[in-house]
Amino acid sequence: MIPLEWILVLAAALFCIGAYSTLARRNGIAMLMGIELMLNAVNINLVAFWRYLEPNAASGQVFALSVYTVAVAETAVGLALMITIWRTRNTLSMDDMDLLHG
Amino acid sequence: MTTQHILFIIFGAVTLGAALMVVTRRNVYQAALFLTLSLFGVAGLYVLLEAPLLAAVQLLTYVGGIAPLIILAVVFTQGRKHPVDSPDNHAGYNHQWWIAALAAIALCSVLVWVTLSYDWGTAPGPVSEHSIAILLSTLIAPEGFALSFAVTVVLLLVSLTGAVTITGKQ
Repeated sequence: MIPLEWILVLAAALFCIGAYSTLARRNGIAMLMGIELMLNAVNINLVAFWRYLEPNAASGQVFALSVYTVAVAETAVGLALMITIWRTRNTLSMDDMDLLHG
Repeated sequence: MTTQHILFIIFGAVTLGAALMVVTRRNVYQAALFLTLSLFGVAGLYVLLEAPLLAAVQLLTYVGGIAPLIILAVVFTQGRKHPVDSPDNHAGYNHQWWIAALAAIALCSVLVWVTLSYDWGTAPGPVSEHSIAILLSTLIAPEGFALSFAVTVVLLLVSLTGAVTITGKQ
């Protein structure tokens, strides 16, 4: 059996890679890809805790399915926003989105 | 080193390696393709964790839905070309990339330290062979998670309607 710590460390590393991609990339779609990586890391954590701590309860996997649904919803809206930004501003660089700057 | 350990190392290496490629590729199209590979690796991890329904759902929604959606968005907006070099374009990163790297490394070290310093208990119990039936019957049961299921359905409807409205004709 794989120790639980291995899976949790892998999920933590994946989460931090996704956080870096969200915070440090200029392209808006690259930011959204970082968010997808973070959601996958959270899902790995949920399924690992379900398997190792409560394999007979269904709530762990149900939580993971709810995370999937929310991820699909926010990815659809986020990509719609990116396409609209491209159409109006002709750039996807988040550094140029400075309408709200003081 | 059992087969499980070797498979975990393979899937974990694929997932983390592809995720690092997602972060470091300047061409967003290549980054989207590496994201698809990373999602494949995560599906393999779900099979190792004895959650076959979640592995199938991962392949269907993420690899089959969200990853093609991202690739389509990349192709429709800026295409597959390599980004243009400009003086302030530090390989695709913005001005605060080093703070982001510091924050990510700090967060990772805190998470790893907390994970490794806690005693997670002894070996886990077995998974029932009817786990998929139990999961799905709990998901739609009124005394189970039927309400959250219905709420997520409404959430999907509202978000997709909003996405279509955002990108529709002005």
